[in-house]
Amino acid sequence: MRKEDIQRKIQAALPDATVELRDLTGGGDHWEATVVSRAFEGKGVVEQHRLVYAALAEEMRGPIHALTLKTSTPARVPGKG
Amino acid sequence: MAEDILQKIKNDVTSNKVILYMKGTKALPQCGFSARVVDILNRHGVGYETRNVLADPELREAIKRFSNWPTLPQLYVNGSFVGGCDIVTEMDQKGELAPLLKQ
Repeated sequence: MRKEDIQRKIQAALPDATVELRDLTGGGDHWEATVVSRAFEGKGVVEQHRLVYAALAEEMRGPIHALTLKTSTPARVPGKG
Repeated sequence: MAEDILQKIKNDVTSNKVILYMKGTKALPQCGFSARVVDILNRHGVGYETRNVLADPELREAIKRFSNWPTLPQLYVNGSFVGGCDIVTEMDQKGELAPLLKQ
């Protein structure tokens, strides 16, 4: 699975999102995604992750074997807030 | 999907204070993410049940539907879904897991 495709899928669901992706194994199937979006405001971390998983529902059943998620809102970017 | 397996999961998560749905067993986790959550729970010294989804393909699909969460492992405490490996790891690091497990 290509980085650009994952990014596009997430941004289709969360248009304001900034998405950083890291291929953990180099194989294109284990990813770490850091997603920042205003859509996460007022939501708990479980709900935030559900939004990202929902955007990738099809891929989570196939080409993505593992997805490590870090989600935050623009005001609370880790290390900047 | 049969509704009775969802009912069985509901019974399981409500009758066990801490229960982990995972790949493999406590003694022999079959996935790094499951292994990490087992390590964390062991370190907290709480009693917990586990269910091995690799031994039960129907359960493996049903648990994802039950929680509306597409990955394993999945931790439940006091009948509520807590999260998967990322969330449990983060809660542990922030000191939020210990009070939850003691509730």
